[in-house]
Amino acid sequence: MGIVTLENVSKIYPANQGHVYAVRDINLDIQAGEFYSLLGSSGSGKTTTLRLLGGFEIPEQGRILIADRDVTQQPPHQRNVHTVFQKYALFPHMSVMENIAYPLTVAGVIKEEIAQRVEEAIATFRLEGLTDRKPNQLSGGQQQRVALARALIDRPKVLLLDEPLSALDAKIREEVRQELRELQKRTQITFIYVTHDQEEAMALSDRIAVMHDGKVEQVGTPSEIYNQPASLFVAKFIGKANLLKGKVINSSTVDINGYLLDIQGSFRNQEHKLVSGNEVTVMIRPERLQINPRTLRDQEITGKIINCTYIGQTREYQVSTSMGVLNITKLSTGTDYAIDSTVEISWSTEDCVIL
Amino acid sequence: MVIPPSLKTLVSQPQKPPLFLSLWTGITYLFLYLPIFVLIVLSFNNSPILSLPWRGMTGKWYSLAFSDRSLMESLANSLQVATAATLLATGFGLLTAWAIYRYQFLGRNALRIAVNLPILLPGVVTGVAMLAYFSSLDLPLSLLTVILGHGVFGLPVAMGSILARLTQFPVSLEEAAADLGAKPGRVFRDIILPYIRSAVISGALLAFTLSFDEVIVTIFLTGRDNTLPLEIWARLRTDITPEIAAAATLVLLGSSVFILLNQLVAKRDY
Repeated sequence: MGIVTLENVSKIYPANQGHVYAVRDINLDIQAGEFYSLLGSSGSGKTTTLRLLGGFEIPEQGRILIADRDVTQQPPHQRNVHTVFQKYALFPHMSVMENIAYPLTVAGVIKEEIAQRVEEAIATFRLEGLTDRKPNQLSGGQQQRVALARALIDRPKVLLLDEPLSALDAKIREEVRQELRELQKRTQITFIYVTHDQEEAMALSDRIAVMHDGKVEQVGTPSEIYNQPASLFVAKFIGKANLLKGKVINSSTVDINGYLLDIQGSFRNQEHKLVSGNEVTVMIRPERLQINPRTLRDQEITGKIINCTYIGQTREYQVSTSMGVLNITKLSTGTDYAIDSTVEISWSTEDCVIL
Repeated sequence: MVIPPSLKTLVSQPQKPPLFLSLWTGITYLFLYLPIFVLIVLSFNNSPILSLPWRGMTGKWYSLAFSDRSLMESLANSLQVATAATLLATGFGLLTAWAIYRYQFLGRNALRIAVNLPILLPGVVTGVAMLAYFSSLDLPLSLLTVILGHGVFGLPVAMGSILARLTQFPVSLEEAAADLGAKPGRVFRDIILPYIRSAVISGALLAFTLSFDEVIVTIFLTGRDNTLPLEIWARLRTDITPEIAAAATLVLLGSSVFILLNQLVAKRDY
């Protein structure tokens, strides 16, 4: 069992008529030392889940365990977790030093030790020369480092982070992202990270829980989530996807607009859907499709380029085929295909995912 | 940056008000402040009656006022009453504001409105009601009953100021403190109290000012002791001397200091 466990947890809010589930019957098992992201759009229940872990909300059903202790009913100050809030929630009337020292001050640590540990934190988080400033005299990036220093100074078992990068400029966001990742690896503290930004979640996480409508859609490593989505929602939510609707002929063939798609090597989390006559969706990622490859792969189809968007590193083509319009991403260093030119598109059966 | 002259006409200038509006504003200010100005002038006028014409500058009305025992006694009474009533009003105001801000309970909105009744109702009603109440308790009329009365109408003033500030308090600060290990009492002391401090002080200053110049409720509730406004009022009916103008001017000065303090405190918010 991991360091943080949620068992059949539901949080219900009163609404106009009756009530709504903010999260519904969710189960999570987070391992010690993991960088774990809760990814979802607003209203998916990711923030509620984080608040349940912090103790700001008490669930109506289920159990929450942190470090093998049932904390379901415990108030925040008794839990061995700290939170980095979205807007940092630094205490505006306290200096940087007082903010960082606060967890130690409250715990009654002796002055000399506080001074020494704060000094270490100041060095770690590059806050030298800012110790006497008030939070409103700091830049966004500095405020964020103070919030991190404050939350980590008494080395909690688990750190909860509520979209900590969303208040930063795009430019420094990537830089801070890198720092966060290194910080987590160095301290080996379990990070539980809430975000709506899939790219951020992919770049940072060991594992991601994709949330939707108060439920967990899928838990997996970034590459599992991307390459082997468990549901249509995850496939659409993460990255770009060609979603081809068709009819099952047999367990190895799907008819898409008359094109017989071979799905023998496909990833089939939803095997049960492969019943002859069933409607099914086949997903292929845009970068898996190749245009005029030197050696043809398992399958191919002829199409006509109808649009091309240049975005620096890659080009995105839209190709009209008998299966429908396919989106194809290609490195922009290769051949450029003109609009209206006819091309061969090819892929291997393992690139298909049955949804 | 220097703006070239050719562009200057394009830079929008602050608009000047039309003459009519300026005049109107001037008249309004005159209407408001001329009586006060006249009062101050009269307090320095070397004439035994409280009226113009100007007969030269003198400070004797002030020295007379300061050496007037009953006037000074009433001033001491007023300060005592205002201080005690302020402590009462601010203490209970803080608790009431906290209860309304933090807890959901039956009659919460009713309480919020009911607390304001003492300042909404005519003073006569509050006065009579309290008089009847205190006499049914066999509580003899004295400065104590005046303090209680002033405390009651100071409470909504203090509470209003504190509650207004509390509703702006970012809950995330409280959550952050709890999250970092502070128990509820500690959160209040370390985080919430500093946040509302200026509102508490400003509410207290306002309650003090109100108590200091209150007349109607005081008439009903006082025993043999007079507060300063009552003393001034009583004297105006018998002998109208510039000494009263001097006393009133001093009260005005005191009140102004309080209002300025209030402004200063409000500016120190974070």
